[in-house]
Amino acid sequence: MRFLIAAAAIAAAALAPAVASAAVDLGGFAQANYAIDVADPPCVDGGPCDVLLADQRVQLKAEGASEKGSSGYAAKVDLFYDSVAKRSDVEVREVFVDLTGAHASLRAGRQVVTWGVGDLLFTNDIFPKDWVAFFTGRPLEYLKIGSDAVKVDLHPKAFDAEIVLMPVFQADRYPTADKLHLPDPFPGLPRITEDKDASIENGEAALRLSRYVSDWGLSLYASRTFYRSPAMTLDSPTTPTAVLQFFPRLNTYGASATGSLLGGVASLEGALWDSGEDQSGSRYAVDNSTVKALAGYSYPLWKDATLGVQGYVEWMLDYSAYRATAPAGYPVKDEKRWTATTRITQLLRNQTVTGNLFAFWGLTEEDGLVIPSLRYAATDNVSVEVGANLFYGKANYTQFGALNEDDNVYTTLRYAF
Amino acid sequence: MNRIAVRTMVLTAALALAAPAAARAQMPAADIVKRSLDAFYAEGKDMQTRVSMSLMNAQGGERKRELTLLRKNMAAGGEQRYFMYFHAPPDVRGTTFLVWKYPGKDDDRWIYIPAIKLVRRIAASDKRSSFVGSDFTYEDVSGRDVSDETHTLLRQENLGDRPCYVIESHPVGNADYAKRTSWIDRERWVPLKEEYADARGRMTRVFTADKVEQIGGHWTVARRTMKNLTAGQHTVVLFQNVVYDQSLTDNLFTERTLREPPASVR
Repeated sequence: MRFLIAAAAIAAAALAPAVASAAVDLGGFAQANYAIDVADPPCVDGGPCDVLLADQRVQLKAEGASEKGSSGYAAKVDLFYDSVAKRSDVEVREVFVDLTGAHASLRAGRQVVTWGVGDLLFTNDIFPKDWVAFFTGRPLEYLKIGSDAVKVDLHPKAFDAEIVLMPVFQADRYPTADKLHLPDPFPGLPRITEDKDASIENGEAALRLSRYVSDWGLSLYASRTFYRSPAMTLDSPTTPTAVLQFFPRLNTYGASATGSLLGGVASLEGALWDSGEDQSGSRYAVDNSTVKALAGYSYPLWKDATLGVQGYVEWMLDYSAYRATAPAGYPVKDEKRWTATTRITQLLRNQTVTGNLFAFWGLTEEDGLVIPSLRYAATDNVSVEVGANLFYGKANYTQFGALNEDDNVYTTLRYAF
Repeated sequence: MNRIAVRTMVLTAALALAAPAAARAQMPAADIVKRSLDAFYAEGKDMQTRVSMSLMNAQGGERKRELTLLRKNMAAGGEQRYFMYFHAPPDVRGTTFLVWKYPGKDDDRWIYIPAIKLVRRIAASDKRSSFVGSDFTYEDVSGRDVSDETHTLLRQENLGDRPCYVIESHPVGNADYAKRTSWIDRERWVPLKEEYADARGRMTRVFTADKVEQIGGHWTVARRTMKNLTAGQHTVVLFQNVVYDQSLTDNLFTERTLREPPASVR
């Protein structure tokens, strides 16, 4: 991290004379964002009560480029007050410098990278995400967390290549008991979470190659990374005193395709998640290697309305080894976990009103999440959104079933400038 | 100078003026429309402009859209590429939009959302949907094929001081209008006025070219208005800083440019 900031600062200083000659583009927004739990959950010490989110923030954006566009920079910094945690802070969302040549470009610093063709289903996008933000009705941009990274883009004639090097591990902000109401499989035991240092062996790298064949966009992906949600194990199987949370090694290999089909857009994506620390599939705590695949189609229904559907499967490899090592009394996952998603978007009143209904349907685990939302751009600067996150699930150990007590309605009021 | 000589001169002048008009009058309506579409949507090899849109609703409220538009005509007949970079409003600043337009089949369209660094392919079969909430449709912005409609030359007449062909067109397939009447400038070939009517003959939208300028040898509609009579609202569009024939490269119309828009458009 320190290394990166230092590198970015040096690069920025080197670029400053070139960049200073061009105009700085300033902007940002002021925003208030609230989510109220409507499932009437019990209040727990150290956990949330009925207010899941009460966030006031100002985001300041600055970007600039040299006159010829060969260098540039961008920064996005949030100042916020969190009324739930009663704390204010500064959050550097993004800050990077760019060097751009005819056939290559380099971006160094904190940056958001998004890969893949899925709609809220990520099989090759292994970059960090904030699921708490997503589940509590924060704007979509807060689902993505910036990576401290160096990204190199190469543009030889035949294809485009993108290489992302991330020396510092960044975990997802996965649901935790201090932010959301979660069932606790190990009540009373403290969590000890692995802290990965910035050593060479903890470095991560990701590669994407893409090109067009006819008008279909094709990509290949590979990454050497870590699971960003922790594996959990007890410090002692017989007399546990703590739950150890750690982030196992993960290698991924995948591909995607997207293009026009019968008046709509079709998307296909798949990846092998090769679990580096559980090659035989016999460590219950660590996810087995898994194949993840999705097929999606979006189609314009009528004026200003679009329907999107996706089918998605996670297919666990070495399933018999997993079954054999699953401890008695623990929930057992299915070999194939099927999920479908639907999205209906309707724009109204000169596209100033956006109605959206997104749903995850857990076909195998009989759980799901329905997200209705309505956004109104009252002026070119002021927008208001109201929505809800409604979870359901038969069992409290499934992805959405675990969040059964976190049904919430949220609102976002934003003034952009 | 005697009276006969004057009369001869007047007659000769009248004939000289009338002859080309008579020759043009025999031009089939579809050819007139084709030439007009080329003049309006495909002048030059390429074009760059700063577009200011002002959307006025029935209550008098105004929304503004500012974007830089690049257009390039590809070698193959009628294929075009468009690139747009949005400057305003603030919540869409930095959003880019790419269209690969093909004659006779659906466009390819991509949008880039800078807040999440996401390039997304979007469905393009609905060409009659509104462009960024304005009274212009996608088709009004990037053009249609001459074969999308059947055309009849109704008459020739002046619109203001400009001589025009008046053409009636009917869509071949499904559309949100049943008839389009256009006044096409006989010398400059740009449409000066278009009236859209529904199946009952009620006028629904009216396009007017409010300001036509010659830029780099190309007649350009620098200010245009689309009135939506049904909704009681209208959109005014200005083309500013128009530059033709800069030899824009194909590289400007790619996914890379969506993510890394060049300094020249920002």
